[in-house]
Amino acid sequence: MKNIIGFIRQNFTFFSFLILQILSLVMLSSNSKTHETFFGGWSNQVSGNINQYYSSWTYFFSLKATNEKLAAENVALRNQLAQNFVGFDTTKKLGTLILRKDSLEKIRKFYYYPAKVVGNTFTLQKNYIVIERGSKQGIKKDMAAISPDGSIVGVVVEVNENYSTIMSLLHRNSKVSAMFKRDKIAGSIEWDGADPNILVLKNISKSAAPKVGDTVITSPYSSNFPAQLMVGRVTSVIQDPSSNFLTLNVKAGTNFFNLEYVYLVENRRMEDQNKVNIKEAVNE
Amino acid sequence: MNNLLKNTARFVLFLLVQIVILNEVPPIHQFITPYIYFLFLLWLPFGTSRISTTLLGFIFGYSLDIFTKTPGLHAAACGLMGYLRPIILNLLLSQEASEEVSKEPSIATMGWGPYAFYAFSLTFIHHFYLVLLEWLQFGNFGYFIGKVFFTSIISLLLIFSVELIMNRRKLKR
Repeated sequence: MKNIIGFIRQNFTFFSFLILQILSLVMLSSNSKTHETFFGGWSNQVSGNINQYYSSWTYFFSLKATNEKLAAENVALRNQLAQNFVGFDTTKKLGTLILRKDSLEKIRKFYYYPAKVVGNTFTLQKNYIVIERGSKQGIKKDMAAISPDGSIVGVVVEVNENYSTIMSLLHRNSKVSAMFKRDKIAGSIEWDGADPNILVLKNISKSAAPKVGDTVITSPYSSNFPAQLMVGRVTSVIQDPSSNFLTLNVKAGTNFFNLEYVYLVENRRMEDQNKVNIKEAVNE
Repeated sequence: MNNLLKNTARFVLFLLVQIVILNEVPPIHQFITPYIYFLFLLWLPFGTSRISTTLLGFIFGYSLDIFTKTPGLHAAACGLMGYLRPIILNLLLSQEASEEVSKEPSIATMGWGPYAFYAFSLTFIHHFYLVLLEWLQFGNFGYFIGKVFFTSIISLLLIFSVELIMNRRKLKR
């Protein structure tokens, strides 16, 4: 016993090194879902505060671009206003009894929240976006994030009182269900870590025959993203003779370099939808 | 300036430079990630004990991990770096020189050749271990070799440009 204690004392540095290494490897090997158990709420709060201070500086210099974006978005929304559309002129056509409007009651499925981006990386292999909106302001885990121009950004993975973390599409574990706008054939959007502009669309059946320039949108299979949102456009098709599936490079619709605001989408029926999903977590 | 004060300031400064500037640089290629934050560990005074460089490395790496949201990745690499630092210093310097607390590794105190070897070997160790840990999670062998090689080159370029700009010889006197 005395010898063991002596041995440990002699090699105290080595043992403390070993313990620290094991500690960090354990932290590393657990996936992002147990993130908060190691970091706890405080670290998110600290990094969120510092990020916010920093972004208040960078935000000032991009005010002009942000303004233009918001103005463009306002125009797009204004064009969708109901008052822009008029009904059929029923006086000219006799006997038109078909109602243009669906009279069935509608229930709201998706609800949108705006949030300011205070931290954003795109240079690493696992990129996250920090936003200044948390559980106090209605953010929940697994909510989807989309950019002001309507293309998808990521999924909320971590929430505390005033800040939340979004797993960006530029993350090696990110996976979102997507389909072609043209023929609705679905696959999944991932990222290979190479270029922040290019995403990878996997598991597309070889019968799809996609062309360069095809639009990729979110599929209705996703439980967190609304369907028909812009993902990107196909830039090249990778032929793999050994596989039954195609892999495609997709130019991302989102510009991850200058995100200022994102919208968070809450699916109010997500729980119900997930209950009947056979394969759990099709999209993370 | 007091040693402790100076190193505390460096701790914060190098973290900020890495988070606010280098992590925001648009990537040129997948293999190139500019890393310079670990220069803090290279610049610790000669006499810093092995256990404290190991601990400091761990804490320093973990602080960066909080911002990059990779728990343990940089902490492991910096811990290893802090642990191996005294071995390389002992190889390069005489016994009494490597125990002097008032001085720190620099071109002025060590000379060009030894300092270059010191910086290169520790940078290489850091990147080798860091990218190895990344490789275990995703990627392939080509990614591993390419990233270690190119990231080390970029880091060394950054380190030596910092050495030339800062000119710590003048600060010493």
